[in-house]
Amino acid sequence: MADLRTDCAGIKSPNPFWLASAPPTNSAYQVCKAFEAGWGGAVWKTIGEPVMNVCNRYGSVDYGGQKIAGLNNIELISDRPIEVNLREMAETKRLWPDRAVVASLMVEPKREAWHDIVKRAIDTGCDGLELNYGCPHGMSERGMGAAIGQVPEYCSMITGWVTEVSTIPVLVKLTPNITDIRYPGRAAKKGGAAGISLINTINTLMGVDLDTLELQPSVAGKGGHGGYAGPAVKPIALNMLSQVAMDPEIGLPISGMGGISTWRDAAEFILLGASSVQVCTAAMHYGFRIINDLTEGLSNWMDEKGFQTLGEVRGKSLHRISDFGNFNLLFKAVARIDESACIRCNLCHVACDDAAHQCIDLQPREVQRNGHAETIGQPVVREEDCVGCRLCYIVCPVENCISMIQLDDGKESVTWNELLKQLPQPVTWEALRAFQKKHGIEIH
Amino acid sequence: MKNIVPKRASKEYEQAFAELKQPLSNAAALADANRCLYCSDAPCIKACPTHIDIPTFIKKIATGNLKGSAKTILQSNWIALTCAKACPVAMLCEGSCVYIARGENPIQIGRLQRYAMDDYFAKGMLPLFTAAEPNGKSIGIIGGGPAGLACADELALLGYDVTIYEAKAKAGGLDTWGIAPYKMKQQDSLLEVALSKSLGVKIRTGECVGETVSIQFLMDQHAAIFIGVGLAAASKLNIPGETLAGVYDALAFIEKVTPRQWRSVDVGKRVAVIGGGNTAIDAATEAKRLGAEEVFMIYRRGKSEMPAYLFEQELAKSDGVQFHFQIMPARIIGKKHVEAVECMRTKPGEPDADGRRHPAPIPGSEFRIPVDMVIKSVGQNVEGTFFSQIPDLMIDDGMVVVNHDTLQTSNPMFFAGGDCINGGKEVVNAAHDGKKAAHGIDQWIRSTRQE
Ligand SMILES: Cc1cc2nc3c(=O)[nH]c(=O)nc-3n(C[C@H](O)[C@H](O)[C@H](O)COP(=O)(O)OP(=O)(O)OC[C@H]3O[C@@H](n4cnc5c(N)ncnc54)[C@H](O)[C@@H]3O)c2cc1C
Ligand SMILES: Cc1cc2nc3c(=O)[nH]c(=O)nc-3n(C[C@H](O)[C@H](O)[C@H](O)COP(=O)(O)O)c2cc1C
Repeated sequence: MADLRTDCAGIKSPNPFWLASAPPTNSAYQVCKAFEAGWGGAVWKTIGEPVMNVCNRYGSVDYGGQKIAGLNNIELISDRPIEVNLREMAETKRLWPDRAVVASLMVEPKREAWHDIVKRAIDTGCDGLELNYGCPHGMSERGMGAAIGQVPEYCSMITGWVTEVSTIPVLVKLTPNITDIRYPGRAAKKGGAAGISLINTINTLMGVDLDTLELQPSVAGKGGHGGYAGPAVKPIALNMLSQVAMDPEIGLPISGMGGISTWRDAAEFILLGASSVQVCTAAMHYGFRIINDLTEGLSNWMDEKGFQTLGEVRGKSLHRISDFGNFNLLFKAVARIDESACIRCNLCHVACDDAAHQCIDLQPREVQRNGHAETIGQPVVREEDCVGCRLCYIVCPVENCISMIQLDDGKESVTWNELLKQLPQPVTWEALRAFQKKHGIEIH
Repeated sequence: MKNIVPKRASKEYEQAFAELKQPLSNAAALADANRCLYCSDAPCIKACPTHIDIPTFIKKIATGNLKGSAKTILQSNWIALTCAKACPVAMLCEGSCVYIARGENPIQIGRLQRYAMDDYFAKGMLPLFTAAEPNGKSIGIIGGGPAGLACADELALLGYDVTIYEAKAKAGGLDTWGIAPYKMKQQDSLLEVALSKSLGVKIRTGECVGETVSIQFLMDQHAAIFIGVGLAAASKLNIPGETLAGVYDALAFIEKVTPRQWRSVDVGKRVAVIGGGNTAIDAATEAKRLGAEEVFMIYRRGKSEMPAYLFEQELAKSDGVQFHFQIMPARIIGKKHVEAVECMRTKPGEPDADGRRHPAPIPGSEFRIPVDMVIKSVGQNVEGTFFSQIPDLMIDDGMVVVNHDTLQTSNPMFFAGGDCINGGKEVVNAAHDGKKAAHGIDQWIRSTRQE
C-alpha cells in the first residue's frame, strides 16, 4: 500500500486530499463529517469581513446530459458570525489532531486588520493559513480577493503583513484571472509565503435563460459575473500549476486545485508538482463519500506504478513540459483504424472530411447487419495523406479502434529551434519546403 | 357465446392494456438523445423504410429544439406517432444501431420519436411546412389508412386539392382499428387524421367506394386516384362449424377492443386462436388481457415457421398464451354455441411452388380442445369485388401490381400503396408508399399536363 501522507509547506496530512475553502467547509459539522469519511485536510470557508450572501448563488454548465461540467458561484466569504467560525475551527482541530485544518482569511487591506485576524486564526490551533487573494466577485469590488491577487505589489505587501506575525505556515491562494500567474506567485514568495494554493475560480458569466432572458443564476432579475470551477477548469488549473511549479524564482510547495473530481485528476496535479490537492465542486456534487475512491484509486495506481510515496510522484511529469520550439518536427504519426473494432458510425470520416485533411475514405465492404447482407462504407485512413492531427482519434467513440501509429524511427530529431539555426533568416517558404522535401514530408 | 368471462372494473382493464412502452421522462429522453453518437450516413436511417434522418431528430431533442425535431421526422414520415409506438423497431432502426456492434443497448429511437411527436401534438400541431400554391388539381384517395393519409398529406403540401374516401366512421385504417391497445391508443391514430385535416385534406368518412360512391364518380372528379384500401376481411377456414356463435374473425374481434370500451367486449373463458401471424398473436394477447382463462394458439406448422415476430410471441407467452404447433382445425363443434375445436396433427407435406412445405394432416390424429370462443386469423386478401370495378387494374397473387418507383398501377390514373400492394407489412411501409405515390402522382400529372 502506497504511503499517501503529505507535507505541503509544513502542513501535514494523512493523505493529500483537502477540501477547498468553500461551502463544504462552512462548519464544524461538515468538516468533522468529512474527516470522518477520510479527508486528509480542510481549508475552512474564508472568514474575515462582515458580508451577506444572496439567494441563487450557483450556476452550472451541463454538457451532453452531464450535470455540472462547470460550476459558477457568486458566493462571498463566510457570512456566519466570525466568532462561531473561529470557535468551531478550534473544536474541529482539537477533535482531529492528525488532519490538516487551514484557516482561509480575507480582510480589508489594512495592516492592523490582517494582524488581528491572523492572531485570532492562529489561536484556534489550526495548522496553517491560506490568504484568499482570489475571490473574483463581490469582495474584489471592495478591494479584497482578486483585487489583491491581480496586483503583485499588493500581493507581496499583504503577504508580508501576515508573515511578519504568523507563527504557522502561510499559503497564498492565487486567482487565475490574470495574464501570467507567475507574477503574483513571485510576489507571494517575496512576501514570505511558505506555499502557493491555486487556482481560485475563473471569471465567468454563465449564460442567459432563453425563456426569461434573465441571466443564470438570477438574483431577483439581476445577475453578473461569478467564479467558475469544476471539471471544465482543470486544464486551465494544470497549466497554471505547471507554470508556477517550473518557475525557478518561485520554488514553493503548491496546493493544487481546480476541477479535481477523481483520483486520476489528483494524480495529474501531483505529477505536475502539487504537494496537496484541494477539492470543492466534486464534493458539492457528490458529497464527502468520494474520498473513498480518491484515496483508494490513487493508492492502487501508485502501487501499480511502483511509487511508494507521494514524493516520488510529485512533479514527475514536469520535465516533459516544453515549448513548441523544442518539439521534434520529424516525429511522424498517422491514424490507423482497426476495422474489427469499428462500429461504422463514420464520425471519423465526417470529421476528417469537413474539419481536417480529407484522408479518411469510405471503402465499400459487404457486411452482415440485422440479419442481412449490406454494402457499407468502411472508414479507412489514406496514410500517405494523413497529417497525424489526431482529430479522428479524438472523435472515435470506440476504445482502441483508432490509434496513432508512429512511423518515423525515432532516431532523427530536428526541432523548430534547431531548424532556425540551420536556415537563413528570415525563414522563407522555399527554405522550409526544401527541409521538408529532404525529410520526405509533403504538405499539400 | 357461452361461458363469457365476467366483466371487471374499467380500471383493471386499463391496467391490463397500459402501454408497454411508457413515454420517456424529459431527463431520460435527454440522456438517450445525448448518448446518440450522431453517426454520419447512419445505419438507422437506411434501416427505416421511410429513411427518417434519425440522428438529426435526436440531436434536436438534445438541444431542446423539439419543434425542429418533429419537422425532421414528419419530413420523411407522416405517420410518425403510430410508427414511433407500433413499429417493430428491433427489426428496423434500433436493430441497426451501431451501439449493438459495441455490445450495448441501442438508442431508444422509437421512444425518442414518440417524445418529439407527443410534444408536437400536445402543442397543437403548429404548422411546420409551407404548402405550394394550390394548383387546381384534385386527387381522390380511397382508404384513409396510413397509406392514404400519408399520400394525402404529401399531396396537400404539393398544392393539390385532396379528398379521402373512407368506408368507416373514423379514418386511420388499422392504426385506428387494428393495432394492439397496449402499443398505442386509438386516439394517437386520430391525431394523425387531425394532422391531415390541418393540412387541408378533406376526409369523407362513411363513404365506401364501389358501394356508396362509384369508381366512375371518383374518376370524373379527380385527376388521379390513390388506392390505399389495405386488405379485405380474413379468409375462411372452410371447415364445418364456422358459423357457430362464438366464432370470430380476428380483425372483427380486435376492432371491438381498440376503442377501449372494455366492458362491451365479450370474451370466452377458453379461447382458441387459429393462425400464426402477428394478427393472431395480437388477438390471443388481447383475449388474455381481457380476462380469458386459457388461450390456445393453434398453428399448423412448426415453431420456427411461425411468421409472427419473436418479440410478439414472447409477449403472448409471458401473458400465459399456450402455443400448439403442428395442429390444424378440422371442424368446430357445438350445437348453437362453440363447444370445442377438433384438431388434427400435421406433418410437413410436399413443398409447394415457393418451396414451402404444406402441412398435411395425419389421418386418425383427431383430438378435441374444449373452448368457448374461436378467433380465426388465417390471413387477409385484397378485396376482389372492389378491384374488379377498376378498369384495367392488374392484380397478381392477391396484390395490386404497381411500378415500384412511382407506385402507378396498370391503369395510369390509379396509384396504389400499403397493404394492398405488399400483401400486408407494417404501418411504416404504408406510410412510405403513400408518400412515394404522392410524388408519383405529382410527376405523372405534371408530365401529362405538358404533353
Ligand atoms: C391486428 C393488426 C395489428 C397490426 N399491428 C401492427 C403493428 O403493431 N405495427 C405495424 O407497423 N403494423 C401493424 N399492422 C399492420 C398495419 O396495420 C398495416 O400494414 C397498415 O395499417 C396498412 O396500411 P394501409 O393504409 O395500407 O391499410 P389499412 O390500414 O388497412 O387502411 C385501409 C383503409 O381503407 C379503408 N377502405 C377499404 N376499402 C375501402 C373502400 N372501398 N372505400 C373506402 N375506404 C375503404 C379501410 O376502412 C381502412 O380505413 C397490424 C395489422 C393488423 C391487422
Ligand atoms: C460555491 C463556491 C464558493 C467558494 N468560496 C470560496 C471561498 O470562500 N474562499 C476561497 O478561497 N475559495 C472559494 N471557492 C473556490 C474554491 O476553493 C476552489 O478554489 C475552486 O472551486 C476550484 O476547485 P474545484 O474545481 O474543485 O471546485 C469557492 C468555490 C465555490 C464553487
